[in-house]
Amino acid sequence: MEILSLISLMFIPVLIGFILLYGTFKQVPTYESFVEGGKEGIKIAVSIIPFLVGMLVAISVFRASGALDALMKWIRPAMESIGIPAEIVPLILIRPISGNAALGMTSDLIAVYGPDSFIGRLASVLQGSTDTTFYVLTVYFGAVGIKKMGDALKVGLLADLVGIVAAIVVVVFFFGA
Amino acid sequence: MVNYIWVLMTIVGIVFAIFNGTIEEVNKAIFVGAKEAVTLCIGLISILVFWLGMMRIAEESGLLERLSKLFRPLVKLLFPEVPTNHPAMGYILSNMIANMFGLGNAATPLGIKAMEELKQLNGGKNSASRSMVTFLAINTASITIIPTTVIAIRMNYKSAAPTEIVVPTIIATILSAIGAVLIDRYFYYRRSRKG
Repeated sequence: MEILSLISLMFIPVLIGFILLYGTFKQVPTYESFVEGGKEGIKIAVSIIPFLVGMLVAISVFRASGALDALMKWIRPAMESIGIPAEIVPLILIRPISGNAALGMTSDLIAVYGPDSFIGRLASVLQGSTDTTFYVLTVYFGAVGIKKMGDALKVGLLADLVGIVAAIVVVVFFFGA
Repeated sequence: MVNYIWVLMTIVGIVFAIFNGTIEEVNKAIFVGAKEAVTLCIGLISILVFWLGMMRIAEESGLLERLSKLFRPLVKLLFPEVPTNHPAMGYILSNMIANMFGLGNAATPLGIKAMEELKQLNGGKNSASRSMVTFLAINTASITIIPTTVIAIRMNYKSAAPTEIVVPTIIATILSAIGAVLIDRYFYYRRSRKG
């Protein structure tokens, strides 16, 4: 644990230090390059705004109306019949849509059921092994102006499903049900 | 497809609210959602500026290229359409590495840069190329080695062993990444058979 937290603590500063030293060693005009690259960051952040506004408004309308809750209630029996505990269903549904909401739900599950319970462990692993497909899709494709997404959404959501199943299997294997 | 999902979520929400008496909440949600999105983007500016600045140095000093040389065989296997010495390789790799260490904030700008390069490779078209779909699939499977946030939450709630989920997470994440790649390949071959 100590080594792990030390690594995660050191990683970013060490990486930055290394990039700067390497750049200086290779005689790159470090500060000027940094500023030039940074300018691009502003452009990208601004260009994402419309994509995120559209997506987040739709999601919050869907959630605030109570439709999300109803959907969860509706698919709960199906989920339970294939071995997915009901408590985890809201997290699974929200995970591809909103990273912040999923994180909120994960901490909520851990708080209610305890970090060392089956639900708590499953929520922990799920949070780490899947990602917010809609967010990634919106931000990445939005930033570079991709309008026709092809199979990207289908592939992303199916990959999430694999992640969910994998998380359940692995947690059961490691800790028992 | 995203058009349909977008409209569907909004319309279902509105219709549901009318019958459910939650129309007031929906009214609020429209503005809260929009505001949240802008706040998120503004919050992203600082991180994007910083990491893209750093990455420009890494790019100009040849660090990205060296990194991509190291992992070239793996990336080549995943992205057969990306030329060997293309900068997209470096960005794809740094994005994956940032994700592995749970640095989602650092991963986003790198991922966007990778997408930009992939778009250029695709002749600047506004449709997703094969490599872009693969890149997204890998990203949504989220290869994590150190789930820092989750560990922090578990510590917060007094877990007896906050890091006990690290190994299960790594295994689950690898399985889901393999699954993502296989699913992506399957859809690619289905597309190419259709012509």
